[in-house]
Amino acid sequence: MEAYRYADGSVGHPGHPVGPDGDEPVGTVDLTDHTAEVVTWTVSHATPPGVREPNALAIVEFDVDGTGVRAIGQLTTADVEIGDEVRPVPCEELRDPSVCLREQESQSWDGYRFEPV
Amino acid sequence: MTDVAVVGASMTEFGRREAWIRELLVEAGAACLEDATVPPEAVDHLYVANMASGEFEGQTGVSNALASDLGAVPAYTQRVDQTSASGGAGIYAAWQSVASGASELTLLVGGEKMTHRTTGESTDVIASLTHPVEYKHGLTLPSFAGLTARRYLERYDAPRESLARVAVKNHANGALNPHAQFQEEIDVETAMESPMVADPLRLYDFCPVTDGAAALLFCPADRAAEYADDYAVITGIAGATDTHVVHERAEPTRMSAVADAGRDTLQMAGRDPDDVDVAELHDMFTILEFLQMEALGFAPEGEAWRAVEAGRTDRDGELPVNTSGGLKSKGHPLGATGVAQGHEIYRQVTDTAGERGVGADVGLACNVGGFGNCVTVAVLEGR
Repeated sequence: MEAYRYADGSVGHPGHPVGPDGDEPVGTVDLTDHTAEVVTWTVSHATPPGVREPNALAIVEFDVDGTGVRAIGQLTTADVEIGDEVRPVPCEELRDPSVCLREQESQSWDGYRFEPV
Repeated sequence: MTDVAVVGASMTEFGRREAWIRELLVEAGAACLEDATVPPEAVDHLYVANMASGEFEGQTGVSNALASDLGAVPAYTQRVDQTSASGGAGIYAAWQSVASGASELTLLVGGEKMTHRTTGESTDVIASLTHPVEYKHGLTLPSFAGLTARRYLERYDAPRESLARVAVKNHANGALNPHAQFQEEIDVETAMESPMVADPLRLYDFCPVTDGAAALLFCPADRAAEYADDYAVITGIAGATDTHVVHERAEPTRMSAVADAGRDTLQMAGRDPDDVDVAELHDMFTILEFLQMEALGFAPEGEAWRAVEAGRTDRDGELPVNTSGGLKSKGHPLGATGVAQGHEIYRQVTDTAGERGVGADVGLACNVGGFGNCVTVAVLEGR
């Protein structure tokens, strides 16, 4: 789970061709070495094709050397509260790309879920 | 720059319709021209606000099709897509066409045909606007609403019932709108006990899937009296964007594109938030009504729920919000919505809103695409 570091010192996930300062990334940070805090969460009960139902999701915030880095993604459980500590765990396929609108080859479908520590 | 007037307006019945996109667009477009007693061949520019007719129906080229179907050939045509804010972007494009002098008469028709798809398929079409990182996790617009609502309720210690009160208010307004998808009042208990969709939000916190179309006719303000005794002038209009990735925003409950577009629009109109008599806000989800009220300066940050609970945004309140019923009750045919918001404000400021009328002179419409990703705001004033 790779975040991008930009010239102005900010770190963001996902990475972008240019950061908030308009400059290209200067490095990466592996977020799997860190834990994060749940900022907010939901459980979606009306999911589109190829998505598990229910789908527990959260916005979380990592602390990377004093810099807050937010990420979004699926939770391994709906049993969470705001402020809980979570860590990213790998997942081979977050969504079945064979039945959704977006072209399967246009993006990756693996990633990380957040698991309470 | 030429001042721009709106001299005609129409909207079809919203809801589950047998008509397909071309028929919906023609129905609204023809009714709008009839409203202003204008023949189709008089139209210089014809804009179609539509998000996804290709994805929903396999019908692209809808602007050229409409010019043909209406009898408006050889008018210049263009489709305007800004996801759920396509209608507001269409108003901006139509305004630009007249303000610049490129067109003396511009017809804008917004429409979407959605209900032949399952809710899951429609949700996926809309969610296709998201970033790949969001899409692969199954993030949908309703799930963004759930995430944001939880944050708002926790951060501002707002009661869950305050969101239900948005739904109750907008259903009460929609009950008076003969074009609305739902013309039924509901109570707080019904909303609070409806099925969970995106925790903590329940079914009645969400707008429905809808077919429908709406239209507006624009001309230079100094020619408006040729078409209508009472008309509206667009005194302010602006748009703005926020980050594509929703969680990158500094504070999830702050809609900065709404704030930016709203500030620029009011500045152009020479108005303050207090000058606005009526507003149509993009209540795709109940929580969005709170967030837009705060971003537009109608309520302090974290306080909009109090205004709704106090009845300040009711039809007889000091700032009626979503007198049309909003997306919540009127329905949300994506490309039509921004145009239908303009239709409601036009009706309000020209005193032609019937039972829903609130005696407004200055009205504001805020149309939101994505989860605040792209926004247009317009102020219309009656003449």
